[in-house]
Amino acid sequence: MDYKTSDPYAGPRKEDILPSSTAAAVKVVIVGGFGVGKTTLVGTVSEIRPLTTEETMTQAGVGVDDLAGIEHKIETTVAMDFGRISINEQLVLYLFGTPGQERFWFLWDGLFEGALGAVVLLDTRRLEVSYDVIGLLEERGVPFVVAVNTFPGSPVHPMTELRSAMDLPESVPMFTCDARDRASCRDTLMALMRYLYHLTNEISEPQ
Amino acid sequence: MSKAGKTWDPGNPDRLYIITSGRSRTGKQTRLDLVTLVVSRAAPDPGLQPEHSAIVQMCDYPLSIAEISAYLTLPVSTVTVLVTDLLKEDQVEARPPVPVAALPNVQLLEAVMHGLQNL
Ligand SMILES: Nc1nc2c(ncn2[C@@H]2O[C@H](COP(=O)(O)OP(=O)(O)OP(=O)(O)O)[C@@H](O)[C@H]2O)c(=O)[nH]1
Ligand SMILES: [Mg+2]
Repeated sequence: MDYKTSDPYAGPRKEDILPSSTAAAVKVVIVGGFGVGKTTLVGTVSEIRPLTTEETMTQAGVGVDDLAGIEHKIETTVAMDFGRISINEQLVLYLFGTPGQERFWFLWDGLFEGALGAVVLLDTRRLEVSYDVIGLLEERGVPFVVAVNTFPGSPVHPMTELRSAMDLPESVPMFTCDARDRASCRDTLMALMRYLYHLTNEISEPQ
Repeated sequence: MSKAGKTWDPGNPDRLYIITSGRSRTGKQTRLDLVTLVVSRAAPDPGLQPEHSAIVQMCDYPLSIAEISAYLTLPVSTVTVLVTDLLKEDQVEARPPVPVAALPNVQLLEAVMHGLQNL
């Protein structure tokens, strides 16, 4: 099917088209603080030029207005970049890089819902951010692995030290990653899949 | 692309009936995820609004809700409403994501790992 168009909206470029046989998608979410390399990771492994999607969040405002019983709503537009990896002719994986402001992640209905899991990019320059991020994922029951992104001049900590600083159980995989390197990003995603595989088998195997 | 036994006739006058009673006919509404894939069933009906029409055109091949949102530069919630309209009119079909309850199943993970190896 090829429809004649004269519309102002651009769809995907020819090379970004998925085959008609694509039956279903899965998603993985990349989380981490400001500037840790989420967009870079998505761009490094994506088969399409990364795209940006947005959502309008409505939050009940807290303020003096509430005393007067006036409903006070704050609207914020949150943008998120994402990429895509075709797994096979039927299956496609989407990777979402969360926006920097963590407080919006869980307001975004359905971002984590149905996700296979998450990759936490850990910035050793701001450990407290990652600590909060990990807490949020644990609360939500989202399985995750931790990828330590090292920047020039970043403090270098032994993994065991980082693990205890993050209160991270031994069972959660933690490793270094360079978000600019394709093989490193592939290994990161692979580590998440292996971890999920392990969790799944652990549950289905009777003790 | 269209399923057997579900042919779409754009000139069918029953379409109006379908639009008005789409809710009861479809039964439970499909919940649209960020990665629900949308595929057109036919050429856009000439009477469609420009945004509706644009979606039908770009979903010639499968596209996720997130991609539609990106290409139209519209919020996800707006795209969800537009696609729901189109589903009611049978202009598009929705392919829901692989369901992941608490944990994904082993076959799915094996497929993903196999696919990632080619990266
Ligand atoms: N050395 C090094 N630099 C990186 C790495 N990943 C990203 N960078 C650089 O860090 C900067 C920020 O990367 P982004 O990918 O934009 O980070 P982000 O997490 O998307 O940032 P926000 O969306 O603003 O929160 C860029 O200049 C990247 O080139 C990495 O693994 N190593
Ligand atoms: Mg970014």
